[in-house]
Amino acid sequence: MQAEIDYAQHIAALRAQSPATRPTEAELKVRSRVVEVDRLDFSFGPRQVLFDISLDVREGEIMVIMGGSGSGKTTLLRHLVGLMPPQPGKVKLLGKDLGSLKPAQLLDLKRKIGVAFQFGALFSSMTVAENVKLPLRELTDLEETTMDIMANLKLEVVNLSGFGALMPAALSGGMVKRASIARAIVMDPRLLFLDEPSSGLDPVVSSALDDLILKLREAMDISVVVVSHDIDSAFKIADRITVLDQGHILAIERVENIHNCGNERVRNLLNRRSVEPEVDPAEYLARLTGG
Amino acid sequence: MSVAIRAFESIGRRSVGFFDQVGYGSTLFAEALYWLAVGWRRRQPVRIHAVFHEMQQIGVAALPIATLLSGTIGLMLAIQSLYSLGLFGAEAYAYIGIALSVVREFSPLIMAILVAGRSGSAIAARLATMTINQEVDALQVMGINPVRYLVSPVVVALALMLPCLAMWANLVSELTAGLYVSAALNSSLGAFVNDSLTVLKVGDVWHGIGKAGLFGVLIALVAVVNGSSVSGGAEGVGRVTTWSVVQSICMIVVADMVFAYVATR
Repeated sequence: MQAEIDYAQHIAALRAQSPATRPTEAELKVRSRVVEVDRLDFSFGPRQVLFDISLDVREGEIMVIMGGSGSGKTTLLRHLVGLMPPQPGKVKLLGKDLGSLKPAQLLDLKRKIGVAFQFGALFSSMTVAENVKLPLRELTDLEETTMDIMANLKLEVVNLSGFGALMPAALSGGMVKRASIARAIVMDPRLLFLDEPSSGLDPVVSSALDDLILKLREAMDISVVVVSHDIDSAFKIADRITVLDQGHILAIERVENIHNCGNERVRNLLNRRSVEPEVDPAEYLARLTGG
Repeated sequence: MSVAIRAFESIGRRSVGFFDQVGYGSTLFAEALYWLAVGWRRRQPVRIHAVFHEMQQIGVAALPIATLLSGTIGLMLAIQSLYSLGLFGAEAYAYIGIALSVVREFSPLIMAILVAGRSGSAIAARLATMTINQEVDALQVMGINPVRYLVSPVVVALALMLPCLAMWANLVSELTAGLYVSAALNSSLGAFVNDSLTVLKVGDVWHGIGKAGLFGVLIALVAVVNGSSVSGGAEGVGRVTTWSVVQSICMIVVADMVFAYVATR
């Protein structure tokens, strides 16, 4: 019981660090769904990675998908951004079913979403500014000067103004993540997906990145889906948290309620407690011997 | 499992892998042509500056080494021709063999091998690194078709620049061969050039240029197929780069033989 009281205080303290306004549960409930996943399964060959995943994200909501390593977070994200076609199941973005869209319609839809990858995925042969301008250059007919202005504006938003002329190799880990976010928002998307934004960053930089995510939601009125295993970061930015474990959704809860979740494995994850799975000796022996 | 069955299984797996790659390469080629033809209608044109950039890298930047190689080939052919024809006292006819073999065979073949080693490997390594760094995924989620952005410019640039390099190699090889032959036979360079032009037909030049264009497309597809099927990090990049050069050269030689057989019958 003591741990739960501590968690409530801990969450409140983390959220108090940012002055950003957050939509209430009632406000979010009446907003439209911008992401809908319905009974999604996925297997790599004989190994099933996702089991019957269903979730939704409301307009203007920040949803954090949490889970340990190998829980299927990144595979789920790849489905959400259209990099993997749903096998059984449906993924809808902004009301459109990814599985039934024609290639041209899919391209149009992708202009309305932004994705920042775990390691940035910046083009190493281009400067930071060229990276940010790339979607504008390839997908619009804007003048070069307009593109420059827009790129500088987005670099300013992520606190990277003055770094546009540098090559990605010259940036620190946190700067690469911010540049990647600048590229993801340059087309003013309605939906932003972030893959492990705080991984590999020190707590101060990680906290600054959390503030940036909250600022972006407020300034651009976008919905954000964050895949992360950083519990503090999730508590600070999320409206709701989805907990994944071995491809199964264990909980989808408002962040204030997640510590009340009755699921033992969710509580273990929140308490950073590792639990050795029970192993049947006969099965273990068979696995070792390949029998 | 017996050794024979394992060997049979290995051959089967490799054969399936080969046909899988051929199918993938053909699909990529068709898709690259598709984006060239209709990209502008779908608001995703193949950017001309991207094509020019590739052409500069593949063709213009290769001119010094191409000049050195083709000049050396011209000299080597002149030396061998004078020696072999000298056995019959027919050195004066060296221009026939030199002109025809340079224009029909040596220029496209040597330039293709040069470009496979120089640019094919670079393209494979670049694509492999981009794939590993999720840059190709980034293109896809931005709504930028990776084939249109990465493959089409390379295919066009190689298909255009290899014939250009072959033509340049024709000029340089003929020049160096002419200089050597005229010096050795105590005749003029002008006479060598004149004799060469009388023996060469337009069809011979087209034969060489056509082959070079075909080799260019082959190098592009082999590099792209290898680069995009990378796995295993930095070691994987090295592996696909090496494999790209080996496969390109093998395919160039086989295609050369088939082309020569079909075109000379």
